[in-house]
Amino acid sequence: MKQLVILSGKGGTGKTSITASFAHLAHTDSVRAVLADADVDAANLELVLSPHILEEQEFIGGKVAWIDPQKCEGCGLCEQVCRFDAIAVQEDKYQVDPIACDGCAACVHQCPTSAIRMEPQLAGHWFRSESHYGPLFHAALRPAQENSGKLVTMVKQQARLLAMDEKYPLIIVDGPPGIGCPVISAVSGADMALIVTEPTVAGVHDMERALQMTRHFNIPSAVCINKSDIFGKGAAQISSYCLDEKIAVLGQIPFDQSVTEAMVNGEPVTAYRPESPASKEIKNVWQKLIKLLQPDLGVDADKVRTG
Amino acid sequence: MQITVASGKGGTGKTTIATSLALGLALNAAVLPPLFLDCDVEAPNAHLFLRPVFENRKDVSILIPSIDESKCTRCGRCAEVCEYHTIAVLGKKVMVFPQLCHGCGSCTLVCPTKAIQEVPDVMGVLESGSTPSGINFAHGILNVGEPMAVPVIQQLKKWSTPQPGQVVIVDAPPGTSCPVVESVRNADFLLLVTEPTPFGLHDLKLAAQVAKELKIPTGIIINRDGIGDAGVEDFCAVEGLPILMRIPYDRAIAEGTAQGQTLIEIYPEYTMLFQQLLAEMSRIVDQQ
Repeated sequence: MKQLVILSGKGGTGKTSITASFAHLAHTDSVRAVLADADVDAANLELVLSPHILEEQEFIGGKVAWIDPQKCEGCGLCEQVCRFDAIAVQEDKYQVDPIACDGCAACVHQCPTSAIRMEPQLAGHWFRSESHYGPLFHAALRPAQENSGKLVTMVKQQARLLAMDEKYPLIIVDGPPGIGCPVISAVSGADMALIVTEPTVAGVHDMERALQMTRHFNIPSAVCINKSDIFGKGAAQISSYCLDEKIAVLGQIPFDQSVTEAMVNGEPVTAYRPESPASKEIKNVWQKLIKLLQPDLGVDADKVRTG
Repeated sequence: MQITVASGKGGTGKTTIATSLALGLALNAAVLPPLFLDCDVEAPNAHLFLRPVFENRKDVSILIPSIDESKCTRCGRCAEVCEYHTIAVLGKKVMVFPQLCHGCGSCTLVCPTKAIQEVPDVMGVLESGSTPSGINFAHGILNVGEPMAVPVIQQLKKWSTPQPGQVVIVDAPPGTSCPVVESVRNADFLLLVTEPTPFGLHDLKLAAQVAKELKIPTGIIINRDGIGDAGVEDFCAVEGLPILMRIPYDRAIAEGTAQGQTLIEIYPEYTMLFQQLLAEMSRIVDQQ
């Protein structure tokens, strides 16, 4: 079983539109794939795969401290030890700001009257669904919650279990933007990362950071340039950077209004308008990826580098 | 006044709006140039648009436990209280996993033999300087391979504080989880940048919920107006969220921002529009 993760560094470069197209292309190529949306903060894959939810589970994230006003004697030690500025006197009582609380429980262990306890927080939900193109695991983190990395790990674990049980050769993971905690959870265990970038100064800058991150965790990586024709100089800069770093550029997807139209229509662009310029190039990238990944065989890291 | 620019969905134009707003203010001789904080520490880009000259640098670190084996009795109390599983006592060995540590200090407080000392562990860097237009600029950069963005954002906000009367513009990361909340905390106004597409709408709804939970007055900017559908407009009407600006989809804007230009550099008439936007946000804040 192989795991492909789609990343970008910068948000909004087209990760989800491309992942959805891969899901469609895998389906039409009869490559059985489990899909996982690891962008649990802003899960959008479901908007273009029309999933039918089969199972919904609560996700209990971190815990938050709670001070029992009956037991609190007001010594203020909790406020002193809290390094997250989460405890303060409000309305004459020591109270915890649940949003600032990091859940470390330092206050619980220091309170001389055992007035503080940790309360588990419902941080979100995760779902097992059936989509047009195969099983989809996705989640919804409640706004302003912590532990998105843990929820990503949960979604991926569930996808993996199903893939192992039912012998799926491929898992396609739609990753979150950035390079921090949820992204690290999304790339862990991946056989390959595809970085979707765009030829803008910000896109290039963040692609470089995403590639440094995948190198740090030893994940073979390739790049595809989306909206490649909006700034020719930027696209050339990406190609030359990748050449220097020995990273394969698998394709250059032109700016194409069909991508947005497909999204409005709730479909992957390769299904909505298969003959559009973007669809043709996404198909080309997909075919190269599948050759590199060979879902039934081992990944040759050198091949990924040279394309 | 602190204005945080956020979005939920990535790539809607947060940085374009935040940098253009800052430049619009800096071009108004009647007010102090703003303080700009780029809190998207995983993917910081605002410096590419505002081009500051960095003069100051500071490492970001949190305090992590270092165990003095000669004083440690292997009682395991530290591992017991750690909510992040940073410490493991295995027979005679005590192991510390620095990347799991949140720096809360609980282990140090409970150690009965005072065998734990706290030592700094570097996870990122802060940089600050001025831009050619006089903006005080600072950003944080999370080191590659480090998971926690929040301490970098917290320390950036503590390190770079405004002068009296100076407007602070915060460029937030995408999403709705802890790094976003940290960037939005203490804001007087939240400016949400979205695009009129199903993805933009879905993520705008989540971001608007964050704003509601934090009880911060909120306004909307629709970027690339005209590309998708009417979902965002309808949502704003139902929720009573004011749409403060619409930026049409325009090839010249796409090409200009690709090269690191603000809207004001692409179309100078935006200078006035951003100055009016600030006045409108101030008016809404004053009404509260």
